[in-house]
Amino acid sequence: MKRLYRQANERIDRSKEIEFSWQGAHYNGYAGDTLASALLANGVKLVGRSFKYGRQRGIMAAGVEEPNALVILEPDTGYHVPNARATEVEIYPELVAKAASGIPSLNEDLRAWLKPFHRFMGAGFYYKTFMSPASLWPKYEEQLRKLAGFATAPSQPDAETYDHYNQQVDVAVVGGGAAGLAAALAAANAGASVLLIDERSQLGGELVVDMGRDPAALEWFKQTRAALEAHPQVKILVRTTAYALHDFNLLLALERRQDHLTIGARNPKQSRQRLHRIRANKVILATGSHERPLMFANNDLPGVMLASAVSRYQHEYSVLCGSKPVVVGNNDSIYDVARDLVKAGTRPTVVDCRLGYDASDLTKIGVIVKQGYTIVKAEGRDQVEQALIAKTAYNETHGWVVGNATETLTCDLIACSGGFSPLVHLDCHTGSKPWFSREYQAFLPACDKADRYVAGSVNGHSDWQGAAAEGEYVGLLAAGQAANPAAAPKLLKVADFICPDLGRDKVFLDMQNDVKASDIELAILENYRSIEHIKRYTALGFGTDQGKTGNVNGIAVAAKVMNLPIEEVGTTTFRPMYTPVTMGVLAGSEVGIHSDAQRFTPMQASHLAKGAEFEVVGQWMRPWYFPQGSEDMHQAVARECLAVRNSLGIMDASTLGKIDIQGPDAREFLARVYTNNWAKLAPGKCRYGLMCDENGMIIDDGVTACISDTHFLMTTTTGGAARIYTHLETWLQTEWPDLNVYLTSVTDHWSTTGVVGPKARRLMEKLCKDVDFSAANFPFMDWREATVCGIPARIMRISFSGELSYEINVQANYGRFLWDSVMEAGKEFNITPYGTETMHVLRAEKGYVIVGQDTDGSITPYDANMAWAVALNKPYPFLGQRALTRSDTARAGRKQLVGLLTDDPNKVLNEGCQLVAETGSKAMIGHVTSSYFSPVLGRSIALAVVKGGLDLIGTKIYAKPLSYEVIPVTIADSVFYDQGKEKMDGEV
Amino acid sequence: MFLIHCPYCGELRDEQEYRCAGEAFIQRPGLDCTDEQWGDYVFNRTNPKGRVVEQWAHSAGCRKLFVVERNNVTNEIYAVRTFESYKEQA
Ligand SMILES: [Zn+2]
Repeated sequence: MKRLYRQANERIDRSKEIEFSWQGAHYNGYAGDTLASALLANGVKLVGRSFKYGRQRGIMAAGVEEPNALVILEPDTGYHVPNARATEVEIYPELVAKAASGIPSLNEDLRAWLKPFHRFMGAGFYYKTFMSPASLWPKYEEQLRKLAGFATAPSQPDAETYDHYNQQVDVAVVGGGAAGLAAALAAANAGASVLLIDERSQLGGELVVDMGRDPAALEWFKQTRAALEAHPQVKILVRTTAYALHDFNLLLALERRQDHLTIGARNPKQSRQRLHRIRANKVILATGSHERPLMFANNDLPGVMLASAVSRYQHEYSVLCGSKPVVVGNNDSIYDVARDLVKAGTRPTVVDCRLGYDASDLTKIGVIVKQGYTIVKAEGRDQVEQALIAKTAYNETHGWVVGNATETLTCDLIACSGGFSPLVHLDCHTGSKPWFSREYQAFLPACDKADRYVAGSVNGHSDWQGAAAEGEYVGLLAAGQAANPAAAPKLLKVADFICPDLGRDKVFLDMQNDVKASDIELAILENYRSIEHIKRYTALGFGTDQGKTGNVNGIAVAAKVMNLPIEEVGTTTFRPMYTPVTMGVLAGSEVGIHSDAQRFTPMQASHLAKGAEFEVVGQWMRPWYFPQGSEDMHQAVARECLAVRNSLGIMDASTLGKIDIQGPDAREFLARVYTNNWAKLAPGKCRYGLMCDENGMIIDDGVTACISDTHFLMTTTTGGAARIYTHLETWLQTEWPDLNVYLTSVTDHWSTTGVVGPKARRLMEKLCKDVDFSAANFPFMDWREATVCGIPARIMRISFSGELSYEINVQANYGRFLWDSVMEAGKEFNITPYGTETMHVLRAEKGYVIVGQDTDGSITPYDANMAWAVALNKPYPFLGQRALTRSDTARAGRKQLVGLLTDDPNKVLNEGCQLVAETGSKAMIGHVTSSYFSPVLGRSIALAVVKGGLDLIGTKIYAKPLSYEVIPVTIADSVFYDQGKEKMDGEV
Repeated sequence: MFLIHCPYCGELRDEQEYRCAGEAFIQRPGLDCTDEQWGDYVFNRTNPKGRVVEQWAHSAGCRKLFVVERNNVTNEIYAVRTFESYKEQA
């Protein structure tokens, strides 16, 4: 390993030396280096330990397909990146990186205790070995967990931010190699707006290797890039991975905006990564291809690399990967790699399984070219030291037949090529199946979806000129211009797969998951036949690299074992993401406080000033309770409850959903959506309504006020507001378009202050002079238009506590003024603000249900003991009416809502607690839905649903909480307090 | 992710603006139907593979419901139509 002399086209900046840390030691590289190229330049061969067998692993590739060199960046900081690929990491000053595997040290093997098992650690090993006895699994698991996976998860919160960006474009081009560059320029010149996306830090793709070999390629690249950069119609995104292509050409791309910068130099006001949601009229996939490794024994030894990667390290980073290379493969590309290595001053040995390639230019200068040979084994202690080669013969029925090793080549690098796998991933994300080309020995994209094109080596082109010509052609097509078809691809001549003998040798397919060729054979022996099953049983392609280098080889082995053509085995399914995507960028800016909307009532500032604790109810921040001094919740709630029962409370009810319903058919509409009658509700009156779904189950309740014959104001539960609004408009638009009704959500238009307690009338008389508040003239369930504190208001005399209660509705922007005015005026009555917890206790004391707490979608109005709210005689049956007489809905023994009283008055049951009929019984007959300590009653109360409960009032049953206690309780009426409704009119 | 042309707004908009509101043209039986018929109406859907006819709502737009005829295998959208247009046709 060494850095070569300066080359004209190298992409490192030798004037900028960069110091970084790897495994605790300091190294130097240059700006433009990846972590992988810098490590190779420093002679670092060992970068990880393998997943299952703890084998030493080195860098194999130069791009995203790298299976071995997984690293952790900036460990244990807020910038911790687990499982980055060293081949993609751009080094920056002060970078701290370490191996993702091999903890604590690469030189010690943590998996030594598993060594005796290695013989048996084939496919399904973990399932078979550690699953029995089941009792020992936790112990196995503890040990195995230490080995499973790769990097540790971050220990600190992410210090950086992420965002999302939507854009639309005529033509999106994925890939900045020869084909992509040509396509983008052609489309832009033809008038299209173009977005060109490439995952690397600079445009060029694999053309960078051609640029080192062919001055014409370098010149073409420079001109094309300059034209693109200057083009007003073209936008270029580098360091950006298009990771998913969905229907209707929705292309998702991850842009790494700051990952390449020193932590201290990153702009904290800018996102680290950005998710681009791109809607493109046309998508051009110029995604290129990845080289496949060869299958031979010990093909995972450090020093075995992809041949194309060796060339890329040489041309892009001026790094020579070995001084005594062997170049081995089954296709013509290896000769170009050999020529590169000659140029770099080495004397490679070329091993080609085929005969007939004219390599006289190489042999002339003394390069040994072994045609009709292939590699069967690599040997070496910590890295490649020699390659064993053997004679090959090809016959039509059996494919390649490889003899015993005949020769040993001393070497420090094995550059191998088993052909190329086009990157069909994005094309397959929308369901297209790639097809197998025998000539090219690869799966090629079907590209059978509308508004999509493929060009370049993803389509089989082997030369940059052919790729560029095809790019130009599809670029014109995508821009809507006629074009002459490009020449057919100049396919690389690739021989059939050489599948190894499946002996005891370790021939690796998937380096990341330690899947060997023999594992595929074992899976098939155990009768896993579908490639999808073989994949899952062996874990082939399950790593973070998703089998980019290993999958197709695995398919070839499976085909050989099953004696099927490769095309009949097929590929596994390509799913997004193409490469790993950070959770952060998926979340974007919707984290922390922004993960969900927070809604506040107009009175929020007053609540904060009073020291309220809040709870979230359907996005609303509602005051939960208002502690005074050192009160805990129970003390505060007890005080609040008694204040309401004995004098005066005030609560913010602004969050209830409010729907304004207008139109000549508004009354009929209410009759259809609510179970009860609405025909006779007069203007000035309110009514409680119960709403069911078509299955007859309660879905909402609330009070609706009749403003006029054609105008009603409905309230819904706080959490149900949006859902019920949608429910109502769906019925209006689909089943009842003939009803002339208009709905408007007015939840935010009104603020509601509830004044509750025996002294409520006294207070209202102070605040409002234009209404007669006497019980006779302003009875329960009436509402009045009024002026309160000088503000126009609607006052509704409704109650969710059993006390005299007025709800004052004013325009929302007066809400806080009104609240503060009421608080001031109420001082003489010791007015006490209360929150949702007290509201819950007060309503439970009266047996009022909360939809969604005491009901769960399986409770009918009858189950809830609310037959009084069901009118079966309406001209048009209400929603769910028919369901109430279905056999299961009407049967005896359904769970019914009842009260529960614990024998011990101080024992408060847990909500959700199961109920049984006998102490020893395990048969659940119901459960607790609401449970509180009632301050006014001085004892615990609960609501519950119990099978046939309404007929069991007075019966003793038992609550069985998770604590294994058995708590005796008695079924009671669900109204615990003021059963005679004496408090309804308050202090007269 | 679909692009759906709202027949009311007259624009091609992202699927995120819409809500699928289930199978379209389910007949609602009357009170005199059998338990089985009512259960069928409430719970059972045809759930075909291929061409489906669904109600969609432009929930983050005009809030209108309309009919989308599409293929749930290929995701091709054949037609987006108002309920009224079906009445006129019938
Ligand atoms: Zn619309």
